[in-house]
Order: sequence, then C-alpha cells, then structure tokens
Amino acid sequence: MKSRAEVVIIGGGVIGLSIAYHLGKLGVEDVVVLEKKYIGSGSTFRCASGIRAQFTDEANIKLQKYNIERWKRLSDELEHDINFKQSGYLFLATSEEEVEVFKKNIKLQNRLGVPTRLIGMDEAKEIVPPLNTEPFLAGAWNPEDGKASPFHVVYGFAKKAKEFGVEICEYTPAVDILVEKDEIKGVKTEKGIIKTGIVINAANAWAPIINEMAGLKRDFIPIKPYKHQLVKTEPIAEGQIEPLTCPPAWNDSYVIQDGEDGGVICGTGLEKLTHLDDVQPTYDFMREVLKWATKIIPALKYVHVVRQWAGFYAKTPDSNPAIGRIQYVDELYIAAGFSGHGFMMAPGVGEAIAELIVKGKSKVPLDWDWYDPHRFERGELRSAAFQIG
Amino acid sequence: MSDKKNIIICRCNEVTQEEIEALIDQGVTDIEMIKRLLRIGMGPCQGRTCLPMVISILARKTGKRPDEITLPATRIPVRPVPAGVLVGEMESDGNEE
Ligand SMILES: Cc1cc2nc3c(=O)[nH]c(=O)nc-3n(C[C@H](O)[C@H](O)[C@H](O)COP(=O)(O)OP(=O)(O)OC[C@H]3O[C@@H](n4cnc5c(N)ncnc54)[C@H](O)[C@@H]3O)c2cc1C
Repeated sequence: MKSRAEVVIIGGGVIGLSIAYHLGKLGVEDVVVLEKKYIGSGSTFRCASGIRAQFTDEANIKLQKYNIERWKRLSDELEHDINFKQSGYLFLATSEEEVEVFKKNIKLQNRLGVPTRLIGMDEAKEIVPPLNTEPFLAGAWNPEDGKASPFHVVYGFAKKAKEFGVEICEYTPAVDILVEKDEIKGVKTEKGIIKTGIVINAANAWAPIINEMAGLKRDFIPIKPYKHQLVKTEPIAEGQIEPLTCPPAWNDSYVIQDGEDGGVICGTGLEKLTHLDDVQPTYDFMREVLKWATKIIPALKYVHVVRQWAGFYAKTPDSNPAIGRIQYVDELYIAAGFSGHGFMMAPGVGEAIAELIVKGKSKVPLDWDWYDPHRFERGELRSAAFQIG
Repeated sequence: MSDKKNIIICRCNEVTQEEIEALIDQGVTDIEMIKRLLRIGMGPCQGRTCLPMVISILARKTGKRPDEITLPATRIPVRPVPAGVLVGEMESDGNEE
C-alpha cells in the first residue's frame, strides 16, 4: 500500500469504484481505494441490477436519462462486457387514482426526453407473457430502462481503474481521518497511514462512521441502514420476465429476470431498520415476497427458489443521496445515502464527482443543489426519491 | 490443456477447470470474485459440489493453504423449493420441514 496519494476513496462499492475509474480517466495519478472487505461486498453485490429513468422528480430523471446513455456505452468503455440490456421497466397500476399518477409522471418524464408510455394489458402481456393482467388497469412502460450485472460492472470499473494506476486495497478498513485545522492530512488504515489532501466518502450505509472520523457529527448526514432482501429462482426460459415488473401498490414488490442466468429475482418492500452487520436472511421475507411474486406471475409457483440474501438500503430522510463537497472540512467529498437506486446512478455520479474535484464543475446534468449534503442540517428535504429496484 | 476444457467443476452452471484457472492467471484470486464472475456456487446446489474443488484449485495456483481460503456464504433455502410450497399453496415433494 502506498504511503501517499492524491486522493483516497473510502468504500469499494460501485460508487467508489466508478469515482476511482473516472478520476483515473481524467489523469489523476495516485488514487487509492480502501475497501474493508472485498470490492462489491457492501450493498452492490446484493442489488437487483435494475436501471431506470422512471423517477418522479426532475433532478433524478435528468440524471438517469444521462446515466442510461452512459450505461449503453459502458461495456465498450471498460472493454469488459457488463451485460447491460435495455429490457425496460413496467410499472402496473391497480386503481384509477394510480393511473392518474402514472400519467402525471409520464408527462414529466416525456418532457425531459424519457420515452415512457401508458400501455394497456394486451401490450403488457406481450412484454411479460406469463403476467397476471387481471388486477391491473394500465402500465407505465419505458423500454429504455434496463439492467446490468453488478459483478461485471464492479470488476470492469476496478480493472480499468487499475490500468489507469489506481491502487485498490481490499481487506483494508479506514479507521481514522487525520484532520488539522479543517484540512485533511491523511487517512489511517489498519495497515498504516496514507498521506493525502483529498478524501471521498463512498461508504454508503457506513458513511456516517466515516464522517465522524473526519470530525463531523455522526448524524450530520442522517443515513440509516435498512435491511432489504431478495429471493432468486432457478433459471427459466429467456424472455419471460425480462423487464423489471412492479405494481407499486403491492408493497413495492417486483420481479425481474437475471440478465445472465435467467433466474427470477423477486423483491418486496419489507424493510427493517437494522444494524450494520445484520445481513441475515429471514423466512418472513421469503413468505411475503413470494406471496406477491406469485400474484404478479402465478406460474412462479412451480419454479424452485434457490437462494435468498440481504443487503442495505442506505436511506436518508428524503431517500435522495448526499452528493458533493462537505463544507466543514477542506477537500472532503461524499457520494452516499443511496437506497434502491445507487447501482443505476453509479456511472454519472462517479463522473460528476471526479470532474468536480479536477475541474471544479461537471458536464454531467447532476443538480448539486438537489443532492446537497448540507440540506439535512438546514431541515430542508426534497420530494422522496422513488426507490424501487 | 484440452483435458481441463472438459473438466466441469461447477455442474449447475457448467464452468470448466480451464475457465477458473484462466481467471486466476489474470489475477483474480479472491474466491468471492471468482464465484461471481463465473457464477460458481450460485446454481441449485449452492456450491456444495464445486466450491471445495475451487478452493483446492485456488490453493494450488496461489500457494495458499486451503484452510486460509474461507468459503463464501451458503444461502437459504437448503435445497431448491417450489415457490408455491413456500407460500403454502402447494404440497412439498419431500418430507423435510
Ligand atoms: C436488495 C437490494 C436490491 C437493490 N436493487 C437495486 C437496483 O435494482 N438498482 C439499483 O440501482 N440499486 C439497487 N440497490 C441499491 C444498491 O445496491 C446500492 O445503492 C449501491 O450498491 C450503493 O453502492 P455504494 O458503492 O454506494 O455502496 P456499497 O456497495 O455498500 O459500498 C460501500 C463500501 O464501503 C465499504 N466500507 C465501509 N466502511 C469502510 C471503511 N471504514 N473502510 C473501507 N471500506 C469501508 C463497505 O465494505 C462497502 O463495500 C439494491 C439494494 C439492495 C440491498
């Protein structure tokens, strides 16, 4: 491990590695990523792989429209197949009121260039052949939404970052940040000190602990770990449940077919505020998620469940992340507080933070005010970000 | 070499010895990453058959002792179960509870 670096990134999830890759691409020499376990071991390897621009507010829609353009090119850019597929997201409405909400969201998305359409159940059935259309009135369908492999994305970012000279230190927790007169002097790890002037907190669910290391109050950005789980089935024939299919009224439950092996990933909004080492799967989740999944796709009853796991949504009070510069300590940055949307945002967020550090501004359409890390201490919240998958 | 092409280590996802060794040769030596890039241990058997073999390949190629390499997490359910059984709408085909 180096003893001096220009930038130290704490957290080797998809966000930290995207930042590392983009810094390397911009020619920043000497970047070190510290990861306390193996890369991806936090929330990233536990995610459902979904990528969408169907949000309900301008800031997130603009960022995600841009991100989908990035996702399209990412395999070429990383020279590694990340398995990105534009298989769409299909939201399903169960009441007339919900149809009206869908229409309002679609109007906003269309105005910002996202081609979501309201569709009927015949078309929904063509898109997801085994769908139980009976309970639903309409669908919000964006064929440009999609999915990618979290494993290959993390590997791809890490591999390219290393080619640019970034050092990735796995099994190396940061234990303290050395700050003198509001200036960063270094990061202390279990394997020694790295002198640096710039630190990026990309530790997501663990981010409050990192902020505290820098002398801030732990709750300065109130990120809380909520346990979220997924169940996965054995592979089924390709093309059956390719889009992420979700009736939000059913407890935010969703199904999506894994783009690599064809197993069906099932999620539901059964969440629990927990502590940072509780990733124990639970049977109440298994029963709850399958109750909804088999209502959406009745034929899933005959499909075998093969695995279940848990991870964290790192939730802020408005479910929007904190992205940007922290004003109290010179050259301390944060990109954390991602709940069900951190994977899909990673390319653009990494690019934006890297450009902010190197150029002082970014061409990524990321609304810095919206994601302002200081909004919580001002008691200012955004409209709740849509969290599903 | 042609032999290794035909030796299947992970039967669920049909991963060969050659693929595993090639990845290790590229510098991917953490079993957690090998597992995810090749989908070893993520099929119906949940790694019960293949992971011990992957560990011995990894130990041989990296010079580590097998007991220095920790097994990735095993996931529930213990064996594949139809979703209908888990929601209580179908009978189980076995007698385990
Ligand atoms: C069940 C589930 C489903 C999801 N589905 C989706 C989805 O479909 N689409 C989507 O976009 N998002 C989804 N998400 C959310 C997504 O997984 C996260 O938002 C995203 O992975 C966050 O990435 P990250 O890099 O910020 O955090 P993480 O991947 O958690 O990375 C943070 C890293 O910091 C490390 N760390 C912590 N403390 C220290 C320390 N002191 N020193 C060094 N390292 C440290 C951790 O070990 C961890 O690896 C889902 C999440 C869950 C749990």
